[in-house]
Amino acid sequence: MSTRDLFTLRNSHFRIGVGITAAILTVTAIAGFIVLPFAQPWVQFAGVWDAICSAAGVPQRSANVTAPEQAKRLSEVVLTSNTLSRPSQEAIGRGATLAQRCAICHGPTGVSRADSPNLAGQYAAVIYKELHDFRSGARTNAVMSPFAVNLTDQEIADLSNYYAYLPRLPAYHPTPQLPKPNIVIYGAPMRGIAPCGSCHGSLDNKTGSPWLEGQSEAYMKAQLQAFASGERRNDISQQMRNIARAMTPQEIEAAAAYYASQPPDVVKAVD
Amino acid sequence: MLVNRKLILAHFWLAFAVFGIALTLGAWQMFIRSPIGTWLSNPELYYRSLTAHGTVMGYVFPTLVAMGFGYAISESALQQRLVGVRWAWAGFWLIVIGSVMAVIPIALGRASVLYTFYPPLIGNVFYYLGVVLVVVGSWIWVALMSINLRVWRKANPGAPVPLAMFANVAGSYLWAWTAVGAALELLLQIIPVAAGLKATIDAGLARVFFSWTLHAIVYFWLMPTYIAYYTIVPRAIGGRVYSDSMARISFILFLVVAMPIGMHHTFADPQVGAGFKFIHSAFTALVALPTLLTVFTICASVEIAARVRGGRGMFGWIRALPWDNPMMLALAFSFVMLGFGGAGGLINMSYQLDASIHNTQWITGHFHLIFGGAIVIMYFAIAYDLWPHLTGRELIDVRLMRTQLWLWFIGMIVTTFPWHWVGILGMPRRMAYFDFGDPAIAPQALSVTLSAIGGFVLLASGIMFIVILARGMRAPQTDAGPYRFALAVHEPKTVPVALNTHALWVALMIGLTLTNYGYPILNLALSSGTSVPAVYVGAQ
Repeated sequence: MSTRDLFTLRNSHFRIGVGITAAILTVTAIAGFIVLPFAQPWVQFAGVWDAICSAAGVPQRSANVTAPEQAKRLSEVVLTSNTLSRPSQEAIGRGATLAQRCAICHGPTGVSRADSPNLAGQYAAVIYKELHDFRSGARTNAVMSPFAVNLTDQEIADLSNYYAYLPRLPAYHPTPQLPKPNIVIYGAPMRGIAPCGSCHGSLDNKTGSPWLEGQSEAYMKAQLQAFASGERRNDISQQMRNIARAMTPQEIEAAAAYYASQPPDVVKAVD
Repeated sequence: MLVNRKLILAHFWLAFAVFGIALTLGAWQMFIRSPIGTWLSNPELYYRSLTAHGTVMGYVFPTLVAMGFGYAISESALQQRLVGVRWAWAGFWLIVIGSVMAVIPIALGRASVLYTFYPPLIGNVFYYLGVVLVVVGSWIWVALMSINLRVWRKANPGAPVPLAMFANVAGSYLWAWTAVGAALELLLQIIPVAAGLKATIDAGLARVFFSWTLHAIVYFWLMPTYIAYYTIVPRAIGGRVYSDSMARISFILFLVVAMPIGMHHTFADPQVGAGFKFIHSAFTALVALPTLLTVFTICASVEIAARVRGGRGMFGWIRALPWDNPMMLALAFSFVMLGFGGAGGLINMSYQLDASIHNTQWITGHFHLIFGGAIVIMYFAIAYDLWPHLTGRELIDVRLMRTQLWLWFIGMIVTTFPWHWVGILGMPRRMAYFDFGDPAIAPQALSVTLSAIGGFVLLASGIMFIVILARGMRAPQTDAGPYRFALAVHEPKTVPVALNTHALWVALMIGLTLTNYGYPILNLALSSGTSVPAVYVGAQ
């Protein structure tokens, strides 16, 4: 018998092989797409076709359910590691002019005396995202929101580039350096908390995460509490809210105090 | 008739050299995240090591073993010189270049994405290109196996293909098709992003593509082991294969049902429909069939050997087996580990039970027991059996071989049993650090410590293995005679065309891939808004 005779119904191996395979496929398909969907009494289907589509994973939008109203806006900023990566000197210059109105809180050199974030040398992508979020309302603050609301895209980009360009200076009230607490270098794996340092410096930096060294302790504590309570919600995919909710108050204290005590010049430069 | 010994030895030596390095990294990882190690405070180093360990153990090591063993089978089973030796060397060098190309970004910390890639995590483009070269190199082997069989068929029209070669070519076809999933993921999705041409990636689709590769690759790893069960062990212990047809049926069943089952790796993924998950779960259950057939046939073959040696009684024959023969020992250990690993696998493939161990250390324990245990111990046995024929020198130290196999078996059990256990207790996998001072996981410290000790036993056994082979290169020269495979009780005179060719089963394999993967892939590929921004490793 040659290979040509293999794929014919006269060949019993062909009949049996293909027959059994097709039978198994049919039985499992009927079970998976029809029987099992209807075996779930808590799910209602309009008919057999509806059940099949559901089991096949067809994206569906139920007609009689309207999407819940989004009470608060979510962040719409898309960041990549190339966002604002190569600013021109002109952009930095325009940013410097615009930044004069920020100086009252964030300091003339980008180092705050008022428990606002120090912006000198902060990653451009971070400032870019926060300004966009303040403008869109994804993040709100009584003082900051009115400043951001009238900024154009160009102004936001220029401000981000300007602050990223400034040298990192020591905090206004430097405190003695503290040892690394567990939450910063180990996180809490059993509670699903990654180490702070794996995104915010100390270990590694991830796009969109600010470095925190030398920032105001009161500010960082307040932000962690705002994430934990859900008052602040411009973190993408709830990553900070999930972490802050699982942190103990002691861990929040320890993380804020540790980062506040670190000199910012240890922060890795952007390449 | 082993002519191209240098080619085969080059594959084996490279395989075992990279295996030694990856094994050392593995032992270090076990140690550093156990309570007996002092934490480095840098998880990045752990993931770097994990990526190297997984890439070498998953892609480079088993592929090289399958290739080297495949060339040996082609020459000795078909009794013909290998056709396309230059191409075979080209394939080998592609793997060398690919491995070096992949390892450099890993060592620099630019590709800590683990061997399963995990998009949207994106590493350096040279890491992926290196993996692609390794796969392309292995595809040359696939083509050569097919061509060599074709040449032999022309010279021997209608004759039954020797079982070893039939199985070897089945394994190569399985690999050719299953590697397509990861190749599509790399070429269409990951490499454009890694090269900076795109900034977003459809992570869900990428996971589905990878699941195409991820399960059948295990059966590709398994093929040399199963070939050794059927065609080496019975000969080495003085018996015969109980049934040649049963062996062929097992191998064609692997070809058909190993492929359309990968989605049991995506049970927890929302982008795949529940109906497809169920079908894949059901087909996964079918994979037990060729394994059970094999266990039955090999036990029967072993019994034949025992009875020939004078074994009597219902179970009394077991004592008559040549237990001082390393091949017998390796087979027994392999079966025990396959049994436990397979039992654990029943949990993983069950759509419901999987939820209880999903993403826990149970999974890592499971695949180390099956791959590192049941499969790799037979790689050792293959090397021991083949070495005298490749080097022309005898491996004298049988006692050391037995010790090595015992240590590997004990080490693997001590490593993986506590590993499964902490998984049931909920310890997550892919974690660089555990705070065993935390009351929630303090009771697991003992299990993890045991597991780490097992890791060092494995390392010791791995070093012994390499020492035995290296010493074998300097032993006195002897003539080992031609390399032979086991004969069946009833040697096949004619074999039905369906069991002498692969076409029907390859067609079924591709057909089932289309039915089981076609819609989920098209659905995800054609839906808009499913991509997310890439996260570049090591970039701010």
